[in-house]
Amino acid sequence: MTDATELRRRTQELLRAHPVATTEPTDFLKARFDAGLAWVHYPVGLGGLDAPRSLQPVVDAELEAADAPGNDPRKIGIGLGMAAPTVLGYGTDEQKQRFLRPLWVGEEVWCQLFSEPGAGSDLAALATRAVRDEDSGDWIVNGQKVWTSSAHLARWAILIARTDPDVPKHRGITYFICDMTDPGVEVRPLRQITGEAEFNEVFLTDVRIPDAHRLGAVGDGWKVAQTTLNNERVAIGGARIPREGGMIGPIAQTWRERPELRTHDLHQRLLTLWVEAEVARLTGERLRQQLVAGHPGPEGAGMKLTFARLNQEISGLEVELLGDEGLLYSDWTMRRPDLVDFTGRDAGYRYLRSKGNSIEGGTSEVLLNIVAERVLGLPSEPRNDKDVAWKDLAR
Amino acid sequence: MTDLLYTETEDDLRSAVRSLLSDRADTPSLLARIESDTPYDPQLWKSLATEMGAAGLLVPEELGGQGATHREAAVVLEELGRSVAPVPYLTSAVIATETLLDLAGESADAAELVGALAAGRTVAVLAVPLSAAPGGPVPLTGLTGRVTGVADAAAAQVLLVPTADGLYAVGTSAPGVTVDALTPLDLTRPLAAVTFDGAAGTLLADAAASEAAVRRGLLAGAGLLASEQLGLAEWCLEETVRHTRERHQFNRPVGGFQSLKHRMAQLWLEVVSARAAARNAADALATGDPETALAVAVAQAYCGKVAVHAAEECIQLHGGIGMTWEHPAHLYLKRAKSDAIALGSAGHHRDAVAELVDLRAPAKSMSPRG
Ligand SMILES: Cc1cc2nc3c(=O)[nH]c(=O)nc-3n(C[C@H](O)[C@H](O)[C@H](O)COP(=O)(O)OP(=O)(O)OC[C@H]3O[C@@H](n4cnc5c(N)ncnc54)[C@H](O)[C@@H]3O)c2cc1C
Repeated sequence: MTDATELRRRTQELLRAHPVATTEPTDFLKARFDAGLAWVHYPVGLGGLDAPRSLQPVVDAELEAADAPGNDPRKIGIGLGMAAPTVLGYGTDEQKQRFLRPLWVGEEVWCQLFSEPGAGSDLAALATRAVRDEDSGDWIVNGQKVWTSSAHLARWAILIARTDPDVPKHRGITYFICDMTDPGVEVRPLRQITGEAEFNEVFLTDVRIPDAHRLGAVGDGWKVAQTTLNNERVAIGGARIPREGGMIGPIAQTWRERPELRTHDLHQRLLTLWVEAEVARLTGERLRQQLVAGHPGPEGAGMKLTFARLNQEISGLEVELLGDEGLLYSDWTMRRPDLVDFTGRDAGYRYLRSKGNSIEGGTSEVLLNIVAERVLGLPSEPRNDKDVAWKDLAR
Repeated sequence: MTDLLYTETEDDLRSAVRSLLSDRADTPSLLARIESDTPYDPQLWKSLATEMGAAGLLVPEELGGQGATHREAAVVLEELGRSVAPVPYLTSAVIATETLLDLAGESADAAELVGALAAGRTVAVLAVPLSAAPGGPVPLTGLTGRVTGVADAAAAQVLLVPTADGLYAVGTSAPGVTVDALTPLDLTRPLAAVTFDGAAGTLLADAAASEAAVRRGLLAGAGLLASEQLGLAEWCLEETVRHTRERHQFNRPVGGFQSLKHRMAQLWLEVVSARAAARNAADALATGDPETALAVAVAQAYCGKVAVHAAEECIQLHGGIGMTWEHPAHLYLKRAKSDAIALGSAGHHRDAVAELVDLRAPAKSMSPRG
């Protein structure tokens, strides 16, 4: 049984064998992975120790105290939050061995090739085609993806494509790992409201994917994708944060440091949002305690909703609080950032970037439907697309 | 009785301005322009200000204007809000013009300058931060000093500078004047920092007259800004309705989902209300209604939020495309958010309402019993 004491011991052993001061950060991360201290709930040999997930903070605290290097979730969030749990859940042994270590260490960045111009909320309607090449057994992929964050940095992508157009849309999809260096992959920057191009359009032309890079069975892609999407929503809304962590932090600090900006009106609005942010933090904390106690609650479905709304309202108030400075912006220069940052830069950036929080990873409207239907058990709206072959749907 | 409707003349003016703007301020050219060194389109300004005479709407004929009123200027601003075109209309043709009109009876220089503004020959802006509110203290600069956040200063030939000695007209290219462009959140209304270093100017009014004139300018600006916010909100709603009718997901137009329909219906309600508030302010300004200050405060306490809400909904209901640079929705969001700070925040104007209708704040905030 791997308990907290055992984890502390192993962490200290790692730190002794690979002194932080003299070890290259990447080498340290590799050693940490091999010691099973990357994500302790993962299996032995894949960065974990089959330990309870709730014990991860024990390791993190020891490492933080030692000032050990970590990986940067802002750079590899899609890998950590989405690709990894899907590879773990559906991958073959070879796939797990091949992909998880460089993913966690940060040597290989991942992106998510899901959304298409015609398939956003209705992801299952996607039109990118994957056709089996009878001779080689490879899959030949053609189509267009869009809003692909970090595609310009990615080595690998999780990709869903249509392998059978003759069955209803949810059934004809297969899940792949796509090599972003394939000559048929073309990544074009898509500039965003913030001035930057964090996301991209990705054109796939005769991209060749070996069958060994399929995740899950042919036609099972929708089921596999649910694992990715559920984890994505947790990744976006579910991080553990200290009080005044996240979006409320900068505005609270500005309020304390700049009395000249204060008005009664802004004060009341700030306090309302501060309390909401604190309650959201507590809700997240309670959810984690439920998970540890083995009673995962449906509250998780709501976390991303709350996170998106609060991020938007708080940053919006921050722009107003700053007044004259809120009318300014740091820099509109078009660039392709090397990380996804929700709370960085200035208030204007935070305000604009947070508009995406209620769209990326499933829009708030779609998530509210999920809460209404799956949590509350309310009937869904009448649907006319479920039993029709994908090829017969209107587009 | 306040007239909250549009006259036939106003409708004609609207059509003319709209067709000009749809010719000249389409999204691709707007996007290209706002990041260039010349965010303003001088041709567009010439057509709007001079050829259509929109710059002179507030100016009596004897001073070289059209002799129209704030009601017509408000219609122009609705259209400018719909197109978020970068033209110095609010700043020059409303705020600076109104300020000068207050002085034109006493000062020949002011009268001459307002004539040049009315003809669209000259652009003048008040050298105060865009956030300056009509009821607040007039932010003073000196002919040596610095003022930041001045809207449209880069498009202006003349700055109206409120100082402790009174109001000066100072040429932007005069010695001792530096106009440095800032990076604004709203690229369609450029901001600048203006530095005066022993600049020379023409004194238009003494301190007391200057303060009254500037307040009048800002009051008209705040009142008519509501019409810009109305036009902006209206565009956002129309565009969102159009998009959600066309965009299909789940084998049906997304606008058919009741949750989206209700959101757009709610927005419509807000736009209807904003229109009443904005027309009320414009009409009060036009007729010199004794309740003008209240009409303006109500419009500003209400319309800014509607514009921001409409722009935010526009992005959300567009989905991913609404987050892109190439779709114009972001221009509307940035304008709406900046407009919410411009000429006094909603909170500021609510405070003004509190004074005007005698609904005052508690004497002092109660401290929690310990
Ligand atoms: C910043 C950002 C980063 C992103 N990164 C990625 C990425 O890396 N990889 C990737 O694959 N995708 C990514 N996305 C895409 C994202 O997942 C989609 O934009 C999202 O799913 C919405 O799809 P859509 O844009 O087509 O909007 P649409 O589906 O067209 O939605 C338009 C509107 O209709 C509403 N709507 C749709 N269906 C319903 C319904 N049933 N009931 C009520 N309302 C409904 C939506 O909520 C929305 O308001 C990103 C998006 C953003 C904004």
